[in-house]
Amino acid sequence: MSLQFPTTGILDARKLLCPMPVIKTQNKIKTMRAGETLLVIASDPGVKQDIPSWCRINGHHVMETYTDNTDICIVIKIGSYS
Amino acid sequence: MTIQRKAIALVSGGLDSMLAIKVIQEQGITVEGINFYTGFCVEGHTHAIRKRDSKKEKRNNALWVAEQLGIKLHIEDISEEYKDTVINPKHGYGQHLNPCLDCKIFMVKQTQLLLNRARGFANEGGFDFIITGEVIGQRPMSQRRNTMPLIARESGADDLLLRPLCAKNLPATLPEREGWVDREQLYNFSGRNRSPQIALAKKFGFDDYAQPAGGCCFLTDASYSSKLADLWSARGTRDYELDDIMLLKVGRHLRPNKNFKLIISREEGENRFLEGYRKSFTHLFCSSHPGPLTLIDGNPTEEDIELAARITTRYCKARTDQHATVEVHYVGGVVKTLHVNPMANEDIPQDWHI
Repeated sequence: MSLQFPTTGILDARKLLCPMPVIKTQNKIKTMRAGETLLVIASDPGVKQDIPSWCRINGHHVMETYTDNTDICIVIKIGSYS
Repeated sequence: MTIQRKAIALVSGGLDSMLAIKVIQEQGITVEGINFYTGFCVEGHTHAIRKRDSKKEKRNNALWVAEQLGIKLHIEDISEEYKDTVINPKHGYGQHLNPCLDCKIFMVKQTQLLLNRARGFANEGGFDFIITGEVIGQRPMSQRRNTMPLIARESGADDLLLRPLCAKNLPATLPEREGWVDREQLYNFSGRNRSPQIALAKKFGFDDYAQPAGGCCFLTDASYSSKLADLWSARGTRDYELDDIMLLKVGRHLRPNKNFKLIISREEGENRFLEGYRKSFTHLFCSSHPGPLTLIDGNPTEEDIELAARITTRYCKARTDQHATVEVHYVGGVVKTLHVNPMANEDIPQDWHI
């Protein structure tokens, strides 16, 4: 496990299948401000592709992705384009 | 000063919606996409669950299309609101439990609501019209000449609904009449022949896209629909929760009696997935031999549980042995051990398989 970036929000999306982790991430980010960071913890391997893709489309930045046992952790920096 | 027009597009992730968006983008119109999650979307679910599919690409096609086209994509969870469309479709079902026409009306209506809502909030940015990738004659139930106006009317979108791929076969919509969109640059595709779409894809330089199969929804699948029909029949009510419809995608489903059914994992990935439901279901597994996890849905008697244990051992390494040990975990935490004789395959009636 590694965690280089301090996070301002955490979203537990484990046991959810895609696209639900993406939808939960999208809805959580709507409540956050530009510059804040969100840690998403998921278990569906599809998030490794879908969340970065959703972030690129919507102007957010994936800072770090790592796995912790079966958990997939993605740190997102919220962009200003929303 | 020219007003920058903006459209919102229904994005399924397939080729038709991808082309429809590109056609409109080519006219200088800004497009954003919307994709709806109904709970029945195929999008990689089973690939994510089953270990044998672990190497399959798990891309979400709607997201992928949005990225290729450089558009924003809103993904909306409508699984709760969608229930009524599945349970009480005004226009009936297709070949299975697929309410395709009601589904299309519902989705356009949701988009229309979004369009109206966005008008009220300047910071959300308004949309001027809606586009879809529909083509007359493409689908036997939802994309026919007489359903096109019906979808526009019943969704409330009326002539704000533009279908760029077959617009020339339909009366001009508001965006065309107002000159926001040049009708001459739209298309007149019709029928099930995919050649025009494939040629247009080539023209736009799209060499990778989801293959058209009409299979983006589990409700078009015969086996899945049978399981849903069985669920409704056994419960005596046409209703479901999200977990119900997720579990219909996984494992073997056997119903020895109306009061209970078994969901038996077929491999390691499904085992792991079903483990997430252990607290909600009485479940069992063979402790003397490697094998599957079984969830029991319903209200089984003790006799039924013994039968469930015998069936479960049929699908584990004990199937050729005379004896196997099974651990039964009841909801609430009580654990019981059973010693059973694995059921022979020929003793499991075919009609128990849903």
